Amino acid sequence: MNDGTAAIASEKLAVGGEARLRIGAWRRFAIAALIVLAAALPFGLSNYQVFELTQVMIYAIAVLGLNILTGYNGQISLGHGGFFAAGGYTAAVLMHRYGVPYWATLPPAALVGFALGLLFGLPALRFEGPYLALVTLAMAVATPQTLKYFSWTGGQQGLNLAKPAPPPGLGIDRDRWLYLFVLVILLVAIRVAANLLNGRTGRAWMAIRDHPIAAAAMGVDTPRYKTLAFGTSTLFTAVAGALAAIVVGFVAPESFSLFLSISFLVGSAVGGIATIGGAIVGGFFIEFVPNFANDISDAAPWAIYGLAMLLFMYAMPRGVVGSLGPLAAWLRGRLRPAVAAGEISAASNNASSPQQTSQGRLE
Amino acid sequence: MHLFLQQVFSGLASGAIYASLALALVMIYRATDLVNFAQGEMAMFSTYIAWMLVNAAVPFWAAFALTLIVSFIGGMVIERVVVRPVENAPVLAAVVVTIGLLLIFNALAGWLFTYTLQEFPSPFPDRPLFGALMTTRDLGVIAVTLIMLALLFAFFRFTATGLAMRAAAQNPASARLCGIRVGRMLAIGWGLAAAIGATAGIMVAPILFLDPEMMSGVLLYAFTGALLGGITSPVGAVIGGLIVGVTENLVGTYLIASQLKLTVALILIVIVLAFRPNGLFGTAIVRRV
Amino acid sequence: MAPILHLHAVKAFYGAFEALHGIDVAVEDGGMTVLLGANGAGKTTTLRAVCGMVRSEGAIVFAGEALQRRSTEEIAAMGVAHVPEGRGTFVGLTVEENLRLGGYTRASKPHDAMARMYGYFPILADRRRQQAGALSGGEQQMLAIARALMMAPRLLVLDEPSFGLAPRVVEAIFAIIDRIRREQRVSVLLVEQNASLALELADHAYLIETGYVVASGSAKALADDPQIRRSYLGY
Repeated sequence: MNDGTAAIASEKLAVGGEARLRIGAWRRFAIAALIVLAAALPFGLSNYQVFELTQVMIYAIAVLGLNILTGYNGQISLGHGGFFAAGGYTAAVLMHRYGVPYWATLPPAALVGFALGLLFGLPALRFEGPYLALVTLAMAVATPQTLKYFSWTGGQQGLNLAKPAPPPGLGIDRDRWLYLFVLVILLVAIRVAANLLNGRTGRAWMAIRDHPIAAAAMGVDTPRYKTLAFGTSTLFTAVAGALAAIVVGFVAPESFSLFLSISFLVGSAVGGIATIGGAIVGGFFIEFVPNFANDISDAAPWAIYGLAMLLFMYAMPRGVVGSLGPLAAWLRGRLRPAVAAGEISAASNNASSPQQTSQGRLE
Repeated sequence: MHLFLQQVFSGLASGAIYASLALALVMIYRATDLVNFAQGEMAMFSTYIAWMLVNAAVPFWAAFALTLIVSFIGGMVIERVVVRPVENAPVLAAVVVTIGLLLIFNALAGWLFTYTLQEFPSPFPDRPLFGALMTTRDLGVIAVTLIMLALLFAFFRFTATGLAMRAAAQNPASARLCGIRVGRMLAIGWGLAAAIGATAGIMVAPILFLDPEMMSGVLLYAFTGALLGGITSPVGAVIGGLIVGVTENLVGTYLIASQLKLTVALILIVIVLAFRPNGLFGTAIVRRV
Repeated sequence: MAPILHLHAVKAFYGAFEALHGIDVAVEDGGMTVLLGANGAGKTTTLRAVCGMVRSEGAIVFAGEALQRRSTEEIAAMGVAHVPEGRGTFVGLTVEENLRLGGYTRASKPHDAMARMYGYFPILADRRRQQAGALSGGEQQMLAIARALMMAPRLLVLDEPSFGLAPRVVEAIFAIIDRIRREQRVSVLLVEQNASLALELADHAYLIETGYVVASGSAKALADDPQIRRSYLGY
């Protein structure tokens, strides 16, 4: 795939089946403009806002990983906070104990995430639905407790890390440098995810999600692809965890509570589980909605947060991107009646979540 | 041996509490394929209602009965108002709604009743029984659970509404053709689950003390018990809950007596599930082609 | 006699897809009407429209009352008993529990009705404590019909009661349907692939093709129509 098609591919999944070559040029331009805007954004914002947006992007990468597993392969996980922690601690230990430069910790974190995901994915093959939820939940619960028991992880106190310095001569401060660094990783992550999901692997994942028996009958190696989905998913999330450790400059067991895992799942659902763009929406939700809730009510901010989750699910049960994507395609179809029919059907196909197929009652 | 039996019995008492909440989870799962993550917080909130009543000098068992009625109605209202809008949405949307509900109840309880630990009276005296093998309190908790189970069993077996609820859970389309209002049955199911949860909350509160976080651990054990029993089997949920209670206690006594006991208990149960992926009493999850 | 059920210009939809394009069907009070046609013609959809299981337009009137905008539950409680495609048996419940569910909408004690059903279908009495899922196909069909009759319906709606059954079993079931119809004074709307058998028992027949009624009349007239004989009766 060349430059343009990969970017379009990501949009295709985000918006839902919208990839016509004749509008490719326009689309390429829009995406380039968006990237430039994203790169320019921190220079007009306060340090704290830049930090918040960096967090948004980190969460987006983590949620993107979860979307690959839950949205595109139909396996639920309530334990991705554990893999986020694995990435974070890999980066932290390498930086803290071995003096590895921050940027060099990402590949090992990715590797650890991938390996753990494969290891976890193998037994997970035996579980479905609520059983997989429990097994991953157990992992989320076990993570902070386990991390406390080792000295090389810093025990209860965790590890403090030196904040990385920006490259000399660039003339930007640390927060903005880290923002750009994370932005680049996010773009790479989106590109890789889009490539995978549009290719053979992605088709196999979705076939297993929608028609597991038919997929197996057609010769898709289900165990291999399901395990691979797990590994790929946790790779993304572990990289996000490493970035979080680098940006925050601190890891401790309590940062990786069950609540973090739940937040990822909520972010994924709010954005749209079978989308790429939804991960970014999810990142915004995880980072900002609790703050908004705090502004609205000091007394019970989490009640407001919970209420926001309810309202989002009522308004857009397939998530923001999952619900608005087909709508946008439909509107475009209205404007250009010639392609309307094809686009809408493609859009609704793409936006369909695994739950649609597995929602039937179990009798 | 004495210590072992002692731990088994006290494990059965906490297991009975997990079993109750597990049963509530199973009831809702059977009807809608949904794990209600708010079940524990709903029970915690019910327990605060009982606590207020007891503090207002209402006799314990009257407060208990009143709380069950209020919880039943509350559960029905929650189903009709909060859960119904996502009835036909993807399951994950419904799961997120129950997580939202969990946060709302937790925050509301913290706001209304503060996060301070509150003492909660036990209706049972705490006296040793059978040469200190168990206490009257353990026995009381187990008895209450068994009575509740017997009542539920009779309800589902012998009453028209109970039968209609089973039919609605099993085959909603056919149930409608028999004139059964499936929506109402779902609401009753949530009401019953809330009342069962309230029982669990009231039974556990004297042991754990009452605070908004009281049920989070219990929910996890109950969920584990429900799955161990096979998520669709009420009898399995009860047995699963009891097994989890005993396992937790034995792990705490013999293996590791720290916070890690939760982790170890979970790992043990996950290993069991790896060999019985549909639980001990569950039927295989059937996927349509 | 006024019809007990009358469909006038009824359209039915699955989402945006229109499956019926305005059909007229009537069932006489105490009569038996059969819908014939190929698979996918819209016969089952017609039955579903009657019971409020699909979205429909036009007028559906049962015993003088409009059925549209009513829920399936309400329609059932009004006296329309529908034995759906695939029988709709509660396979995890016992035979007796299935029958009790049939009597759910009736306030009175269901024991007399149940005894009557065991009279029509003695085999069900023998198996009353067994799980319905353990019954043979023919027995399940009998159970489904018995469950529907437990509702004391004024209209019995049957969707292919012969489906998947051996010819002898089919004949036995149709004989019982005919007998019950006379004894219980219940009207019947029937969808059936076995056209010759259905036309023998029914008094009215409609031929449905791709969402339209293409022929209708007395069952005898349709049975004598050479075109229909060739296409559906095979002689």
